[in-house]
Amino acid sequence: MTLEEKFKELKERNEKAFIGFITAGHPSAEDTSEIALAMIKGGVDILELGLPFSDPIADGVTIQQASESSLRAGMNTDTYFDVAAGIKGVEKVCLTYYNLVLQRGLEQFVHDCESAGITGLIIPDLPVEESKPLLKACAMHETDLVFIIAPTTTEKRMSKILDLASGFVYVVSLLGVTGERARLSDAVRPLIGRIKELELARDRPQIPLAVGFGISKPEHVRAVCEVADGAIVGSAFIKIIEERAGPELEDRKAMLTDIEAFTKSLKRETKNTR
Amino acid sequence: MLSKPDEHGKFGIFGGKFAPEVLMTTVEELESAYITVSNDKGFKRELDSLLRTYAGRPTALYFAKNLSEMSGAKIYLKREDLVHGGAHKLNNTLGQCLLAKHMGKRRIIAETGAGQHGVATAMAAAVLGLKCEIYMGTEDIERQKLNVFRMKLLGAKVNPVDSGSKTLKDAINESIRDWVTNVENTYYLIGSVVGMHPYPLMVREFQRVIGKETKVQILDAEGRLPDTIIACVGGGSNAMGIFYEFLDDDSVELIGVEAAGKGLETGEHGASICAGTEGVLHGMYSKLLQDEDGQIKQSYSFAPGLDYPGVGPELAYLAESGRVKMGSTTDEETLNAFKILSTKEGIIPALESAHAIHYAIEEAKKKSGAQRDHLIVVNLSGRGDKDIYSVAQVLGDRREEGYV
Repeated sequence: MTLEEKFKELKERNEKAFIGFITAGHPSAEDTSEIALAMIKGGVDILELGLPFSDPIADGVTIQQASESSLRAGMNTDTYFDVAAGIKGVEKVCLTYYNLVLQRGLEQFVHDCESAGITGLIIPDLPVEESKPLLKACAMHETDLVFIIAPTTTEKRMSKILDLASGFVYVVSLLGVTGERARLSDAVRPLIGRIKELELARDRPQIPLAVGFGISKPEHVRAVCEVADGAIVGSAFIKIIEERAGPELEDRKAMLTDIEAFTKSLKRETKNTR
Repeated sequence: MLSKPDEHGKFGIFGGKFAPEVLMTTVEELESAYITVSNDKGFKRELDSLLRTYAGRPTALYFAKNLSEMSGAKIYLKREDLVHGGAHKLNNTLGQCLLAKHMGKRRIIAETGAGQHGVATAMAAAVLGLKCEIYMGTEDIERQKLNVFRMKLLGAKVNPVDSGSKTLKDAINESIRDWVTNVENTYYLIGSVVGMHPYPLMVREFQRVIGKETKVQILDAEGRLPDTIIACVGGGSNAMGIFYEFLDDDSVELIGVEAAGKGLETGEHGASICAGTEGVLHGMYSKLLQDEDGQIKQSYSFAPGLDYPGVGPELAYLAESGRVKMGSTTDEETLNAFKILSTKEGIIPALESAHAIHYAIEEAKKKSGAQRDHLIVVNLSGRGDKDIYSVAQVLGDRREEGYV
């Protein structure tokens, strides 16, 4: 299923997409598979699986530390694709930084995504200006390159982005990096409004909009889903993993139970929105 | 041959703008603001006046007689160590702080490795009445305590960075995170010819004054252009600053010297061009130290200003085209040059610049005995006061040499 088909399917059920992010290999590759399974049981629609990079400039301290710990535990690009391939029963997208894609070879990377059942790529340090070579590789493998729109994005840039976007557009809710915030950014509504207005004026089919950064609570998810097509939660998952993953089997079981329950509590808020 | 970036900010395949979307509009604004001021006579006058009366330009081109006699070539030193603050860094920070002011941004953030860029930023911000915060790795804070204290005295806030390798690379990451968050009122002042376009272009232009002065001064002193110009390379700002004016003078050999640290073969070095591969870091496509997957490796040099796993894209381009020749110098060799310059010329060089001094002495030895004197200019990019503590520590470990 393509990402756009997934959004369509959800829409027919009167649901919005709940997208959950975890860093692959945090705290270990084996744990990632089990955590993903718990999220799937909890009802996650799209799993955003982070391939950790040594210098994640768009991420806040939570995801940065998860990346460092994953890399220390031996995560690498080969293992990442093995882990991703083993996760079934959910749409998967890969979030990573451009250098890792570049070093594997653009086409090879996208090919490996396809083999592992990953249907979309999010690259926070690849703006639309530099995206042509990767777009070409993505087109060969029917993989979506998900672009980002931020509160600072001008209408002119939005147009360029919407011209090339496929799958969905990742709407960054605030000026800043990833990480939990007490309340939802005021920038979300006006930003979504601006994008929709532009799309109407362009007379093109609308692309799904998913909002991320600073979303960690059920009420955030509901508020986002009232205006957008999906909500993305990342750091809040990492935090549960950090707090609950212990050496004992009991700890791990409790952590997985928490992850599943947390996913459920967020997914619930994507249903029957206005 | 004078290299200019193309409309995408690329020097050949190097450079570009690999920045998060949040920053792209600001980067575009910065580019157009820079183009505006670079054609503005008032801006130029203001900057020239600051460089002359505040920074102490022009700096001397000094004929190092004793060094020349011992090595067999004529060696001149471009005395950037005499710039206010003790390094060439102020040329750039005055330019960019003035630009920030023109853009209406009142808060300046910067990263620093050796602390020299941090100090120079704090000075420029103070004199121009701007708020200043500096990001610095905790490892670097430890080895550059003097500069940390100077920054604080100058009114800057120093934010320690404890992530990753706790050095310059991580200070840059943290600065970018701050910038992403406070982009509307904050100007990010990059200290070298690195990062996304237009920084490599802009910093080179602000440092170009080094080469312009050198050209006039060497013609005045010797009646001809130098045979060789040598500069150390971390990010590459002092090198681009002195090289750029000579790019079209084919007879002038340009040599960049990277940090070989404990030896290129040990993997503990900062030689991104000599021993690195192409990739994307901090907004630019350039030469990097990285593993097969593209994870950035920890660089190493006892000169913190050269302890960076990347290099400016224009320099990567010039090295690849063959116009700039690259070499490298180990910690050990550098320490020797540090002592030689101190005892022979009474100048304590920054450890960064001492890399270039070592290379110059070696080049001079190779060229000695030629029919006419081989004429070498070394960019002495900074003074070594900041390094006294680390040097004393290294020398202190060798009790047999009697340095304790």
